[in-house]
Amino acid sequence: MAGRAAGRLLPLLIFAAFAATPLVAAATGDSFIVSLGIRVMIFAIAALALDLLVGYGALVSFGHAAFIGLGAYAVGILSAHGIADALVALPVALAVSGLFALATGIVCLRTKGVYFIMITLAFGQMAFFTASSLAPYGGDDGLTIRARSLVAGFPLFADDRAFFYVVLGFLLATYLACRAVVASRFGRVFRGSRENAVRMATLGFNVYRFQLAAYVIAGVIGGLSGFLLANATEFVSPAYMSWQRSGELLIMIIFGGLGSLDGAIIGTAAFLLLEQWLSGFTEHWKVIFGPLLVLVAVFARGGIVGLAGRLKELIRG
Amino acid sequence: MAEPVLRLEALRKSFGGLTVTDDVTLEVLPGELHAVIGPNGAGKTTLINQVSGLLTPDAGRIRFAGRDITRLTPDARAMLGLARSFQITSILPGFSVRENVALAVQARAGSSFRFLGRAADEPVLNEPALAALAEVGLAARAEAPAGTLSHGEKRALELAIALAMEPKLLLLDEPMAGAGREETERLVAVLRRLKGRFPMVLVEHDMTAVFALADRISVLIYGRVLASGAPEAVRNDPQVVAAYLGEEME
Ligand SMILES: Nc1ncnc2c1ncn2[C@@H]1O[C@H](COP(=O)(O)OP(=O)(O)O)[C@@H](O)[C@H]1O
Ligand SMILES: [Mg+2]
Repeated sequence: MAGRAAGRLLPLLIFAAFAATPLVAAATGDSFIVSLGIRVMIFAIAALALDLLVGYGALVSFGHAAFIGLGAYAVGILSAHGIADALVALPVALAVSGLFALATGIVCLRTKGVYFIMITLAFGQMAFFTASSLAPYGGDDGLTIRARSLVAGFPLFADDRAFFYVVLGFLLATYLACRAVVASRFGRVFRGSRENAVRMATLGFNVYRFQLAAYVIAGVIGGLSGFLLANATEFVSPAYMSWQRSGELLIMIIFGGLGSLDGAIIGTAAFLLLEQWLSGFTEHWKVIFGPLLVLVAVFARGGIVGLAGRLKELIRG
Repeated sequence: MAEPVLRLEALRKSFGGLTVTDDVTLEVLPGELHAVIGPNGAGKTTLINQVSGLLTPDAGRIRFAGRDITRLTPDARAMLGLARSFQITSILPGFSVRENVALAVQARAGSSFRFLGRAADEPVLNEPALAALAEVGLAARAEAPAGTLSHGEKRALELAIALAMEPKLLLLDEPMAGAGREETERLVAVLRRLKGRFPMVLVEHDMTAVFALADRISVLIYGRVLASGAPEAVRNDPQVVAAYLGEEME
């Protein structure tokens, strides 16, 4: 029971910290932390989806940024054609990324281990080069969006603070949905397949179908993240789906602790804030950042969440 | 004579140049406990793997519950009522003992494409799981992580998982492998109680256990069925004694 209570405390702290960010910004007059908070939450949504695959299913996808890109391009392309309402753009963004996940997942999930990593990377690169070649939509340079999406005609996203809470709402919904999925019958089969796929098959589960469904769920959530990112930056570009971005997402969830949804959010925040902070010191921040990541990977098994758990045990004795 | 539950017809399987299943024809009748014995490397596990669908035979047919299942996937066979245990323990070490068994129940309790509700809290899954655990004497360990069980307890868990599948046929690949004297006796007692409830194929090295349990015995040597029949007949078969039992009985 103590475990359950602690399991609720951490997310409460996380979401309280997010909710307080705009208030802190208002008090200090530092509006930059609002846009930084928006960025953290948007990538946390994508990281939650990736952790579902990697942390709970051992499906190491190296092409997750493609879904962010697809969601973002759905907003950008629709807006270029004068369709600027979220009631259209959001369903389209989710459907496009979900369909891409279905089509590529059917192929990727026939492979395992390193091959799965390689083929998801290949599909990610395919999406990247396709976006780069979209001359009518900016090609390599990307595409500026005239204004953030409307919601049923209202400019609900226009104000940064209002948009912050919209994103927070989506993050909370994604987090709760992922938690429900992980604990559900579906999630138990998916988690079991990570531990012992042969056993799951001989129990009567078609492991492939469960993994494909999870892959589509993760793709749709990635699309949601892209929809929000395009609105946050009012810009889309092929860089959103670069393999580097896919790699960063993997680092975020490893950083936070694989197989922990709280960890996915914390890892994303730690990654982006550290990046922000170090790049303020020196332009060679990557020289510090790289080795730091290696240290976390080597010494903090279970990431930040795992480290915190071990510290707590140490204190209790 | 009753229609056999399982029928292997001229089954053949080779690994490279090594023929491991050599023209095996074999039947399991309703309610029967059919033991398959033979020296290490005789091809017993390979045979079980073909029946459960983890390996595809090179030739021959497998009929189960009145249909040809030779080309079916392992999960489709399991859904038809084919359950198995593994010689080398195959469980979910990170899951609790109860959840290992509850998953077997879940496979038979409607669709698992349910995304809401905590599976671990569902009485319709937990109650049959706990019943199966009680049957093998593992109820007290239900909440332990399966990976922390002793070797003998893991053997019992394998059996509980198979039981919870409510099988139409149970394939047991050396269920006592590596278990201690006492644990083996307990498992034999469990098998004796299960006998007759559903047909079983029992691969086992422990000859005391085999002769105590089997209705029929088939002896596999170099992938071939050397003899098949009632325990007494097999025990006294000079060919079997010469090839296998002679050394095993000493
Ligand atoms: N996947 C495999 N590839 C190659 N050879 C195998 C494979 N599986 C089993 N064998 C060989 O087939 C023979 C029979 O193995 P097995 O079926 O495990 O025998 P048993 O269970 O009767 O001890 C052994 O010689 C083993 O080395
Ligand atoms: Mg064997």
